[in-house]
Amino acid sequence: MLLMAIVWTVMTPRLLRSVVGLAAVSVILSMIMFYMDSPLAAVFELSVCAGLIPVIFFTTISFTQRVGQEELIERKKIIFRQYVYLPIILAVVAVVMLLSKPVVDFVFPTAPVVQDVRKVLWDDRHLDLLGQIIIILAGALGIVALFKETKK
Amino acid sequence: MPSLLILLPLAVLVIFNLPLGMAMRRLYYWIVATVLVAQGFFVAVTPFFDWKALNDPLAMFFEYKLSIDAFSLIMLFIIALVASVSLQVARYTIEPGRKTEGFINLLLVTVIGMNAIVMANGIFSLYVFVEVVAVSSFILIAMNKSKFAMEGAFKYLILSAVASVMILFAIAILFFISGDTSFSSVQSAAKVQAASAYVKIAMMLLIAGLFIKSGIVPFHGWLPDAYTESQAPVSVLLAGIVTKTVGVYALIRLMYYVFGMSPAAQKILMFAGALSIVVGALAAITQKNFKKMLAYSSVSQMGYIILALGCGTTMAIIGAVFHLLNHAIFKSLLFVNSASVEKSLGTVDMEKMGGLGQKMPVTGFTSVIAFLSTAGIPPLSGFWSKLIIITALWTAGNTGYAALALVSSIITLGYFLSMQSMAFFGQVRNGLEDVKESGMGLAIPQAILAIVTIGIGLLFPVIYNLFLMPLGNILR
Amino acid sequence: MVMSFNLIRTLIGLEILIKVATLFIVLAGHVTGNTALAQALVVTLIVIEVVVMVVAGGLVLCIYRSNRTINANELVNRKG
Repeated sequence: MLLMAIVWTVMTPRLLRSVVGLAAVSVILSMIMFYMDSPLAAVFELSVCAGLIPVIFFTTISFTQRVGQEELIERKKIIFRQYVYLPIILAVVAVVMLLSKPVVDFVFPTAPVVQDVRKVLWDDRHLDLLGQIIIILAGALGIVALFKETKK
Repeated sequence: MPSLLILLPLAVLVIFNLPLGMAMRRLYYWIVATVLVAQGFFVAVTPFFDWKALNDPLAMFFEYKLSIDAFSLIMLFIIALVASVSLQVARYTIEPGRKTEGFINLLLVTVIGMNAIVMANGIFSLYVFVEVVAVSSFILIAMNKSKFAMEGAFKYLILSAVASVMILFAIAILFFISGDTSFSSVQSAAKVQAASAYVKIAMMLLIAGLFIKSGIVPFHGWLPDAYTESQAPVSVLLAGIVTKTVGVYALIRLMYYVFGMSPAAQKILMFAGALSIVVGALAAITQKNFKKMLAYSSVSQMGYIILALGCGTTMAIIGAVFHLLNHAIFKSLLFVNSASVEKSLGTVDMEKMGGLGQKMPVTGFTSVIAFLSTAGIPPLSGFWSKLIIITALWTAGNTGYAALALVSSIITLGYFLSMQSMAFFGQVRNGLEDVKESGMGLAIPQAILAIVTIGIGLLFPVIYNLFLMPLGNILR
Repeated sequence: MVMSFNLIRTLIGLEILIKVATLFIVLAGHVTGNTALAQALVVTLIVIEVVVMVVAGGLVLCIYRSNRTINANELVNRKG
């Protein structure tokens, strides 16, 4: 089901539908995550990717929209040419993976001590936390630096 | 102690972005310069002084998993050096005021990110800070606001993001296998199952992703545009450290320390390295834009490093890291040269240059030194690193590659000399009569870098014992 | 999909790639039983992803301002 949503998002000619498709993909992804014992990640994914990012995209698109009929027609031509390759590639990859399956054997590591509360783990990953703060800072500073000239 | 390298610049960054008075803002530049120089000192002093004996006051509040070994030390030194040079260049090429502040902000973030990269303890932390550096690099490239800069930044963004995705997939597979992301667990897991197909796939993905980020052929598409179109201090920063840290350092660290070198990986690395050497050198010859030529030359030099990495012997790795160090220095010097030329002339088109050596003595002289070092002429630093690499290749039995490296070195030399004579020596062209040297501000960093280049070349035995042998001891 | 000519479409395609990678990490966590670590990684990833997207969007805006187009084919102009 996820695959279908992805394919549709990629191929649809109308940009806004694409963004909606992205949100839909996020929702489905989030549900999958939920099933895999990762409730917190699912929640993050849902809130951020199904909400925040489409907002970003809508803002960007609203500033740059320039819908032209030629665009749609050209798009349909390109779709046919390019995306004929894509299923072929996917099929090849799938075949390769299926063939190599019997060869593959990997040892699962001994299950580590399961931290039942996720928050307990976050004490371990301080460096990543710091990294997140820094990257948010970087993004903010960057955007400011990019758009500063309008204020001057 | 190591966490200070990250927290101190961060504190400076935060403090100086609060609304302060004008006087404080002028201090910003000086304080940042001090911080960077302090980092350089830290590195220089470390072999003689055991920092661990000092109590880390911050350990009570923050416990970060950071580790420094000889390789990280060398990288920290380069980061400090090139970043301070870049800061200096920025002061004299970007108009003062708000724009400079923006640059310094992003510079600090980049330095923080790179420090963290070389001190990181696990693949995922590595990735996080690689992204930090990437984000700040995008903005830095685009700060020029010209059409081409934007295009370069966007190309870099897309390619870098694709590379990040590949690296993420590799991380996921490694997570699969080892249940953790720290270097030691991945290393032990990879040793146990070296033959498994999944490990191989992970390695392929990792190599491919990191090749894109380092600008190795055939993934170097973004590099010429990004280097050329960005402003002068950004080019210095990019060419001098960012590409190296984010791409090459990560490659060396992961391939050599964590994964061990399987024969297949070695072949790929050596082939890609050799390809980069040749393509980079050939492309550089045809360029008319000074900066673009330097960009392709960087691709070529990265090829040397990757080639040596692929060889895999201890001596080769020492050569690779040493060449990394040297290239950071002389390539930065060349870009500062280009900055000073650009400032005085207003152009980097080589066809318009001629006889500059008479008008701009400092630039001319230092650029000669840098070029000679690039081509590997004794007694400059480049000579030693290339010698080590070629010798290592020869003794490991890869005589074909060694010969290739030697030959392209000679070709590079030939080309550089001819370009040099055209632009800097010879007759002064029309319209260039009133060109002057571009001022002390740019002359000082050039002089410093040139002195370091010569110094490393002359003091080679000292450097070898002090910095490079410990490197060899850490390697397996 | 990433090679599309409209820059924003490229970004969307990139987004999807990142999500798939996220999915793999969660999968790995589920299989090895270390769901806590996997979630920590995923959360960090999502933060990074958002920042990168915001910056990318900002870049696209800037490109649009100077070129009035976000069509990749039209944007290719070489300087030699």
